[in-house]
Amino acid sequence: MAGPRYTADPPGAMPTVELNGLTALFHVRSGMTHILAAPAPQILALLAEGPTTRETILARLTDRFAVESEGDVLELLEARLSELENAGLVWRS
Amino acid sequence: MRHNLHLQIGPASFRIGSAWAAPIRALSALYQDYPQAELPCDFTVRLEPQKPWRRWLRPSVSIAGDYVLPGAAPLPLEHGLLAAEMGMNLQMALGQKRLLLLHAATVERGGRALVMTGESGAGKSTLAALLGESGWRLLGDEFALLDPDTGLLHPFPRAVSLKNGAIAVLEGKVAADRFGPLLVGTPKGHIRHLRPNREAIERAREPARPALILFPRFGADLPEAVRGVGAAEAFVRLTQASTNYGHLGLRGFEALTRLVTQTEARAIDYHQTATALRLVETLWAEDAA
Repeated sequence: MAGPRYTADPPGAMPTVELNGLTALFHVRSGMTHILAAPAPQILALLAEGPTTRETILARLTDRFAVESEGDVLELLEARLSELENAGLVWRS
Repeated sequence: MRHNLHLQIGPASFRIGSAWAAPIRALSALYQDYPQAELPCDFTVRLEPQKPWRRWLRPSVSIAGDYVLPGAAPLPLEHGLLAAEMGMNLQMALGQKRLLLLHAATVERGGRALVMTGESGAGKSTLAALLGESGWRLLGDEFALLDPDTGLLHPFPRAVSLKNGAIAVLEGKVAADRFGPLLVGTPKGHIRHLRPNREAIERAREPARPALILFPRFGADLPEAVRGVGAAEAFVRLTQASTNYGHLGLRGFEALTRLVTQTEARAIDYHQTATALRLVETLWAEDAA
């Protein structure tokens, strides 16, 4: 059975600025500012393209950002997705 | 109200009204060199008795205005000047909607500004006042006003609020007629206000480009230290130092990220004012010149 599909706002609704390896993000709809560490900004960039399963996110992260896909990477990805959901930046569709 | 004063301080104008003559008299003397504001003013401060009979009987001053802090304790009438100053701070902190307001002291030299922000007691006011008497132009000791449209800092050269030990330091350097009365036993100890020099007042509509951000920390046992502050840390600390970052939304985010990505930031620890002044000059020469 396919897992949930995750979605995020488009980049125009979440402007970002790089700050010494971290990313400051302004979420326009909530008016909240977030400071993100990798790979959270990369995940949000992928999700902005449309609803995506975690397996596809992982495959694209591996492909585009040279993320290691060994070990418990899927578990780590799920933890980051959960954090982004709690922050209101990602939701399941 | 019975007694009124209209003050223009940098880009902001204040109408201060009082039920008593004394606070307005003290404020008029302290701000004697400032331009009178045209009506209507941006902000209104009212100094009122807590209860009608308290205008005469053990008079205590409540601070009112466009914005109020519920539950704020009134001050005795002899601290009426402090009440007026706190009222102006409050209106600015809660009511400023256009400029990003940072709780910071700011001075300028050669068109470029040094921003100093830190915890209460870090020595911002003392350092700004001393620098303002030694080749720098004082932009303000309480609030830095960052313009989101231009990235420039507007002056807000209110009277400098000197506390406790800092009072004697400045009394030794500045003519007596620029000081307000000594206010004894305020909630922050002894306070004496210092009117900035004429240059600071006459150039109060002249903004400056930020060139260096300092996070000073004072401690009697603190060894002298300097460290770099990355843009992310500076950003977080400045959002905490702002009273209206949340209100400005995307404009505030863009203004502050631009400030921290374009301006060097350093943290300094010191235990003597002379050390801090030396570090300021050294870092300014390294980072901002």
